[in-house]
Amino acid sequence: METGNTSRKEFLAALVTTGLAMAGCTSKKNPFLVAGEEVPKATGEMVKLLSVDGEIIEVDRSFLKPVPELPAVTNTEARMGIPGKKFVMVIDLSRCKNLKKCENACNHMHHLHSGLSWLKVYPMQQGEHTAPYWQPTTCMHCDHPPCVKVCPVDATFKRQDGIVLIDADRCVGCRFCMAACPYSIRVFNWEKPDIDEAICEQTYSCETSVPQKKGTVGKCDFCPDMIRKQELPHCVQACPNGTFFFGDLNEDTVTNGAETFRFSELIKDKAGYQLMEDLGTKPSVYFLPPVNRNFPFEKGLEND
Amino acid sequence: MEKTTSASDEKIISDLLPRKYNSKGVVWIAILLAFCAVGLFAYYRQLKYGLIVTNMRDYASWGIYISNFVFFVAISLVGSLITAVLRLSGVHWATPLTRIAEIIAVSAITFAALIIIVDMGRPERFYNLFLYGRLQSPIIWDVVVISTYFFISVLLLYIPLLPDMKILLARKDKDTKRFTKLYKFLGSFWIGNHIQELLSKKAINILCVAIVPVAFSIHTVTSWLFATTFRPGWDSTNFGAYFISGAFLVGAGGVVIAMYVFRKQYDLEKYITDDHFDKMGRILVMLALLYLYFNVNEYLIPFFKMKKPEEAHLMGLFRGEFAPVFWSAIFGGMIIPIFVLVFKKGRKPLPMFIVGIMVVVGAWLKRYLIVTPTLLHPFLPMHNVPAAYTHYFPSWEEWAIAFGSLAGALLVITIFTRIFPILPIHEIITERHEHDSK
Repeated sequence: METGNTSRKEFLAALVTTGLAMAGCTSKKNPFLVAGEEVPKATGEMVKLLSVDGEIIEVDRSFLKPVPELPAVTNTEARMGIPGKKFVMVIDLSRCKNLKKCENACNHMHHLHSGLSWLKVYPMQQGEHTAPYWQPTTCMHCDHPPCVKVCPVDATFKRQDGIVLIDADRCVGCRFCMAACPYSIRVFNWEKPDIDEAICEQTYSCETSVPQKKGTVGKCDFCPDMIRKQELPHCVQACPNGTFFFGDLNEDTVTNGAETFRFSELIKDKAGYQLMEDLGTKPSVYFLPPVNRNFPFEKGLEND
Repeated sequence: MEKTTSASDEKIISDLLPRKYNSKGVVWIAILLAFCAVGLFAYYRQLKYGLIVTNMRDYASWGIYISNFVFFVAISLVGSLITAVLRLSGVHWATPLTRIAEIIAVSAITFAALIIIVDMGRPERFYNLFLYGRLQSPIIWDVVVISTYFFISVLLLYIPLLPDMKILLARKDKDTKRFTKLYKFLGSFWIGNHIQELLSKKAINILCVAIVPVAFSIHTVTSWLFATTFRPGWDSTNFGAYFISGAFLVGAGGVVIAMYVFRKQYDLEKYITDDHFDKMGRILVMLALLYLYFNVNEYLIPFFKMKKPEEAHLMGLFRGEFAPVFWSAIFGGMIIPIFVLVFKKGRKPLPMFIVGIMVVVGAWLKRYLIVTPTLLHPFLPMHNVPAAYTHYFPSWEEWAIAFGSLAGALLVITIFTRIFPILPIHEIITERHEHDSK
């Protein structure tokens, strides 16, 4: 019984690995062989596998190997989004002191080319005599996204849950979306991103936006892969001051991990507003004005 | 319907037949080829390393490739002006200029399409435009109208060529003998009987009517690539008309330059007369005034209101980093040409040639000013980016590719004149006959 169980486990594990390897088949003669790699020596130990036709076949163990991580969702699912959700973000400007933990976490987790940032903290000052403040700025995930309107190939798209994403495998690199975005949040991979080969070889997923590809556009994606795991986006988690709140408009709840608010009440009590909403972009990101600040503006200059 | 060729017709034909390049022509071709070669090498580098070899960055995300694209689309509009607009309005003096205008149009629109592929970060995915094309995107509108314009222009170049190819085949001139196969392939079916003449006349009329809206579309849609965005300097309802008036101006300037060069090179004083220059000069004045009018609208009204996002952009043009280029384009490309050309002496060939060059160079600079300064004045501050991101000056690769594409367009025109008569022989003869019989 004991041995039978182990072999069953092995069989299943092998099935998964080979199955995935088969999914990555190319027209090459030996689909399991990466160019330049040596053919592994047979160990003589055979493993039973279930073929795609439903037949049981035997394969030498040495021919099995782990395959690169594949996206959790298909491209079609990633383009549809999570049903019944409408994601929003609230950024409390009174809590930001330009620590840039958000920016660093985002850069790190999305494996961005060095020097590129999707999330930027701007020093803002509306008028000559108005008070300056720090404004962390993500993609607004507009409900009327100007970038999506102009994309010629549907490489950037709007999902039913409100998130605007990019399919870097389809993007032709015309950069019209960059010209169209009034928030200048889109960045371009002008050269091959200087990231680990292992990351580079991963299959691109619109939900993780990894790996970034030469000649295509990138931007803040609201971390839908984290949302699927019931976790908060990287910037929200990274901020020690709880500046970012993330949540679902339909549930009317936003949280920064430590505190949770009714979205509508928070916006009402703190007079939340949207950035350049006069352009008709209908942003999904709301800002709370920098009143009763936790830090003076000057504090942020140290880190600038 | 076979007409007997009189002695005067013979003279016209032998005057206008394509000729071998002289030494100047060979040097000219060598120079163009050298520019193309450097451009191709630069593009090879761009394909290898990516758009990083350009000096475009996240703010100035479009640069001289796009300016060059707008320039090419603009100059190609002249085909429709000279061939269609003047023909439809019953203007006959422009007949000798139709082929010059049409070859400029075809070669410019071809390079407009090429340069847009050069600008793409992923040119190998060009087919995505057809696989996944979305009709909402102005880029798709541009693809549709530019390809339509290309085909109509090619037809407007080709159909009037048919009778000329018959003449070329009949002549068996030593300079054109080597192209006999090409002429046969392209035009051996043309006998020149009544039905064919009638059909060709009808076809040309239909094409002339069709090309006017398409020509307006190509440049209007090109202006919409900018006007459909929110950015200061682009967010304008004036843009379509502004672009079209500018396009006719630069196109007419281009034709004047070509007229002068061909006339000098091929001794065509009898066919491209001082009168032609005089009339083109009048057209240029009118077009320059029109373009100036739209410029006044485009800059003065936002300047009057001085909205905050517009302010940085306008001040950059009027007296900031772009001021030298801006004022050169306004004065060199519009105001000085107007002052020169309103005088009869200014409409002589040589001053016209110089003015033509000023107009074309001014127009190129203007396209640069339309694209770049706007992108360098975003709504949110440029903050925490490398210093290189806040300015834009093209890299050598960009210059090489831009000049390579300009040289390529000129090369197409030059090679065309070697193979085909640059003035429409048949049409000139017919018009002279009509003129004589009146």
